[in-house]
Amino acid sequence: MNMLPIVDHPAAARPFVTNPDRAPWHDKALWFVRSKRDKQASSVPEWEYLRSLASQIKTATIANLGDYLTEFERNATALGAVVHWAADAEEHNRIVLKILRDHDTHRIVKSKSMLTEECGLNPFLEANGIDVVDTDLGERIVQLRHETPSHIVLPAIHLKKEEVGETFHEHLGTDEGAADPKYLTEAARGHLRDKFLAGEVGITGVNFAIAETGGFVVCTNEGNADLGASLPNVHIACMGIEKLVPRFEDLAVFLRLLARSATGQPITTYTSHFHGPRDSHSELHIVLVDNGRSRLRQSDAFRDALHCIRCGACMNTCPVYRRSGGHSYRATIPGPIGSVLSPTRDSSKHKSLPFACSLCGSCTDVCPVKIPLHHQLLAWRKEIGNLKLLSYDKRISMKMASLLFRSARLFSFAGWVGRASLKVLPHWATHHRLNTWTIARELPEPPKESFRHWYAKNRK
Amino acid sequence: MTPQLTSQAADTTGRQAILDRLTLRPVRSAGLPTVDASKLTSFEEPLAKFTEMLQSVGGEVHLVDQPDQVTEILNQIEVFSNAQRVVSLVPEAVKGSFDLSKIHDPHDLAAVDWTIAKGEFGVAENGAIWIDGSTLPHRVLLFIAQYLAIVLSRREMVHHMHEGYARLGTPISRFGVFVAGPSKTADIEQSLVLGAHGCRALQVFLTP
Ligand code: SF4
Repeated sequence: MNMLPIVDHPAAARPFVTNPDRAPWHDKALWFVRSKRDKQASSVPEWEYLRSLASQIKTATIANLGDYLTEFERNATALGAVVHWAADAEEHNRIVLKILRDHDTHRIVKSKSMLTEECGLNPFLEANGIDVVDTDLGERIVQLRHETPSHIVLPAIHLKKEEVGETFHEHLGTDEGAADPKYLTEAARGHLRDKFLAGEVGITGVNFAIAETGGFVVCTNEGNADLGASLPNVHIACMGIEKLVPRFEDLAVFLRLLARSATGQPITTYTSHFHGPRDSHSELHIVLVDNGRSRLRQSDAFRDALHCIRCGACMNTCPVYRRSGGHSYRATIPGPIGSVLSPTRDSSKHKSLPFACSLCGSCTDVCPVKIPLHHQLLAWRKEIGNLKLLSYDKRISMKMASLLFRSARLFSFAGWVGRASLKVLPHWATHHRLNTWTIARELPEPPKESFRHWYAKNRK
Repeated sequence: MTPQLTSQAADTTGRQAILDRLTLRPVRSAGLPTVDASKLTSFEEPLAKFTEMLQSVGGEVHLVDQPDQVTEILNQIEVFSNAQRVVSLVPEAVKGSFDLSKIHDPHDLAAVDWTIAKGEFGVAENGAIWIDGSTLPHRVLLFIAQYLAIVLSRREMVHHMHEGYARLGTPISRFGVFVAGPSKTADIEQSLVLGAHGCRALQVFLTP
């Protein structure tokens, strides 16, 4: 028996889906972002060419990842950075804590990083007596609320401005009932300035690291990574090993795609290039984290998922994500790419995620690095079937469906039974708690005749 | 100058484990592509495109004939004429009122009102301006000032990012940044607010 808490997407999504304003409101907010992305993509005539370049570069990087990592390490070290390697989340956290301890640090300022989120760095550091302040506005909001980001680019997209107002009233002393984004942002600006000035170490994520130069790039709109990394003497940059690009010039391809795909901007406000520590009084530590990535590289079916540049476009376009909210995936990375990645960590725990997908293929269409997301989700379903992880009712109903579709006579008989029973069965017989299908829907009006019958009559 | 490293050396236990796992399975690829420049869009008037893009991301653009006109224009902006502490890295355009020579700790720059920085080149496709870290005595000047102005020659335009990186070549300074517009956020219900942590507004002066 499996003792892990199984993430059941339909159950986890229920409160969100059944809230009559929340789901349509969330859907609209993300559709707005998706539309901005479409406008940007269509304004670049070579968009498809850029996508294929990006995909080729990533394929080559992942194929030779070991070589590029050692090249990166050599060049970064020559620039004066200290490069650390972490096989898993635990080791990552230990390395970061050791650096902090060596500097007797109590307060750190962190810029948004899905990797540190993945590694559970905040709770780990807090348990070790270190005060962590997330400085990305959305991330700070969810941190104050003791929540996690519900989206990898828009961490607080699930919250209404009134909710942010309440949180700020409670923690930052803003006026009760205030919900004006301008006013709230100004309050956060003041609050976070103090935190920046008090921070002893700055931690940032990494958008791209360059093997050829030993440097890395961080993209933000707020400038929080830059303030956090350029005030204190110690900067720790944490990155997944897949974040590499081989050549400096490759950045052009990815930077043209990233912000356009993510928020529909032509480029993020700040695209900062760090090559070595700030000066002779400063330190730069780079932590390279594996945490399952090298294992994912071994899989022919799912390897391309390592191309992901974390733009979030697949979430913004996903009809399921938009209506069920990021938290329903119960994973650091939600949405289509999250549903591919989570089962690679634990297929039993996350087995429902590949089914939280309509296979519409929209994610695959928007993905700037051409990850075949919906094909991978389909592949996962098969895999989960093979692993015998499907629930009993799903397995039986699939078996029956397969029988049904294989026999023409059985199929037409079943059609007749269906039409006849729709006509005669009373409501209580179809709508009861054993039939989960009808909990939230009415059954269709039965047609007068079958298509087969109609076709035989009219198209001879 | 080589920076002083701490006593601490990097932990190497994870290193070999990761590299071993990465060699376990040979993976083939078609190799790295070279970008075909004929497939990239360039603009008839890169300066006009640059201006349009920069404005679309919230930057304010001024054409000037001589550097000293920059101060004239800035003086018409109230938050500049009232500013107490202006750091100017482009003295031919603006005279600063804040002496950097005594500053060693970047925290002492917390009260800077304006930074006037020098841009190296602009990118027409997205309105970004490259700033070379070696022109900044403290990198934080770009981010900590309440307001930022960048002085850039209008002859220094590239069409797109590929040309930008070709121009930068390698290696580059320890720090460099593309700046496109003022600091901004849309984290509260997707409403765009200018002035998150960095500058509240960005003025760009295009000199001949
Ligand atoms: S899978 Fe593609 S679309 Fe989704 S976040 Fe990653 S890069 Fe973006």
